Amino acid sequence: MFSRDNWKEIFETIQKNKLRTFLSGFTVALGILIFVVLFGFGNGLINTFDEFFSDDATNTFFIFPGRTSMPYKGYKSNRQIEFDNSDLADIKKNFAMFTQYVSPRIDRNKLVKYKNESNNYDTRAVSSAYQYAEKTIMMKGRYLNREDIKNKTKYVVIGRLVEQDLFGAEESVGKYIDVAGSVFKVIGVFQDDAGDDEERRMYLPYTTRQLIEKNTDKINQIVIGFKPEIGYAGAMAFDTSLDKFLRDKKYISPKDQNGIYIRNVADQLKQNQQFAGVLQMIVGLVAFGTIIAGIIGISNIMVFVVKERTKELGIRKAIGATPKAIIGTILLESVFITTISGLGGMLIGIAILSSLGEKLSDYFITNPYINLGAAIFATAVLIIFGALAGYIPARRAARIKPIVALRDD
Amino acid sequence: MGSNSLHVLKGINFTAESGELVAIMGSSGSGKSTLLNILGMLDEADSGDYTLDGVPIKNLNETKAAKYRNKFLGFVFQSFNLINYKSALENVALPLYYQRIPRKERQERAMKYLEQVGLKEWATHLPNELSGGQKQRVAIARAMAAEPKVLLADEPTGALDSTTSYEVMDLLQKINDLGNTILVVTHEDDIAHMCKRIIYLKDGVIVKDEKVEQVRASEYV
Repeated sequence: MFSRDNWKEIFETIQKNKLRTFLSGFTVALGILIFVVLFGFGNGLINTFDEFFSDDATNTFFIFPGRTSMPYKGYKSNRQIEFDNSDLADIKKNFAMFTQYVSPRIDRNKLVKYKNESNNYDTRAVSSAYQYAEKTIMMKGRYLNREDIKNKTKYVVIGRLVEQDLFGAEESVGKYIDVAGSVFKVIGVFQDDAGDDEERRMYLPYTTRQLIEKNTDKINQIVIGFKPEIGYAGAMAFDTSLDKFLRDKKYISPKDQNGIYIRNVADQLKQNQQFAGVLQMIVGLVAFGTIIAGIIGISNIMVFVVKERTKELGIRKAIGATPKAIIGTILLESVFITTISGLGGMLIGIAILSSLGEKLSDYFITNPYINLGAAIFATAVLIIFGALAGYIPARRAARIKPIVALRDD
Repeated sequence: MGSNSLHVLKGINFTAESGELVAIMGSSGSGKSTLLNILGMLDEADSGDYTLDGVPIKNLNETKAAKYRNKFLGFVFQSFNLINYKSALENVALPLYYQRIPRKERQERAMKYLEQVGLKEWATHLPNELSGGQKQRVAIARAMAAEPKVLLADEPTGALDSTTSYEVMDLLQKINDLGNTILVVTHEDDIAHMCKRIIYLKDGVIVKDEKVEQVRASEYV
């Protein structure tokens, strides 16, 4: 069945029936191409969702104070909730078994000067543990440490782009910069995967900032890193009891939506992963439908091809072609065309996906890809069903009496 | 293929010897094409015996019929039935392909038969580039290529003008002269008389079976 002669016969038939070959090949190639691209887009979506979280630690809660929207325990509504240092201590004390670290965060936008250069930057006052929450990467120098917090040192860690803006090619570590009238020593430079905004930022000890701001003990937000080993369920339980604890302490109604907000990154990540998973399933379903459509397409073409060739097959039978030879010719031709065009469509699809890279990230598709296994599996399915689709009409054609086939015009 | 059955042949009994050139004559509907199709294993008789070269032809499945057709028979049709996307040479070589003869030998033998019908220089042409007579000569070369026991020609001149018809008959006569057995179905008297024996069919029975003085087609060419 696979002799060189058979192949030659098939190549000649293919060469001399270009339109037919093109049509069936095109159907298969397009089917696989769309499958690969759609499947890749699905993976690209998941990549994007993962990326939203990749630059920050996911075992993190952000606690934002708000303004109450209902009266509670004698307090009027519309009361601004504020956190102070005692809240940090209370959380550490009461939730020691859950927490890895607790850090305050006090954001101020300040004018920063070095020599003749100056610019407004987001200056973020934090504790030394905050490095874990942002997954800050140190390029040179060091991050803030406990001693800095304790001693209220006037040290600052600046972002890569801050260094570029203010210092140019000059070395920044060890130099002094002016932050809204106070002089700070640069002790380190960091980079962050999240992009330019994050790298136009600087970190200083929150105790120093409180001292500068008239020795207050107020803080803006609280960032908590929970122990990863408590798992998702533990994080959700921690979330609930922390919320209850803070509402009790700050006299906020349990029903008040606005008094306090805890952003649970672990929960968000899980929800997003589920969302991306559902999207992936939908995309997969559409891609599967494309394959089905491809199979139906190739089946139709095969029925048409056999119908068109009825007379020719009759002639072949009259001069001695056995039914097996007839089926073999048609099948081998269809399998050959589907294999070549299927692989072609697959490769084009993969090429398109890999050329896209970041270009579609505005549409939430980042680095779309398809694993080779899935692509080859889909192609194989289409080839097998294409062969099956060719076999049924071929068998019927082989059974037609030559005299009937010859009469066909 | 209507549901009504019609008995076309009602008792035919004849024997053709090796090397004969037999014409089967009759008006349309006399059953001559049906007879030829049965002889060619393209169709099956409801009853009766058919022996070809000492082999009883009965209870054929498709595969066996195909093998016998390939080995014993060569067909020439009124409408030529060449495969239109294959060149003259490839058409002639096709029966040999189904005999699993190696490609090179196939080409050589096909070329030999094309030369015999005088179309060597047309070998690479497609059927639609050939005239009717040339097409029929290619078809005859194809029928001969497998070196069959019997050549069956169903109205081989039916689609041709008389000059071309005589050319084709001349070719068939020459092939017969080489010792090949040929059965020709025709309804034209002059074509029939170019054979050596005429069997007259009417309403499915043989009404006359006679040897005739062969008229050489070359006299008219």
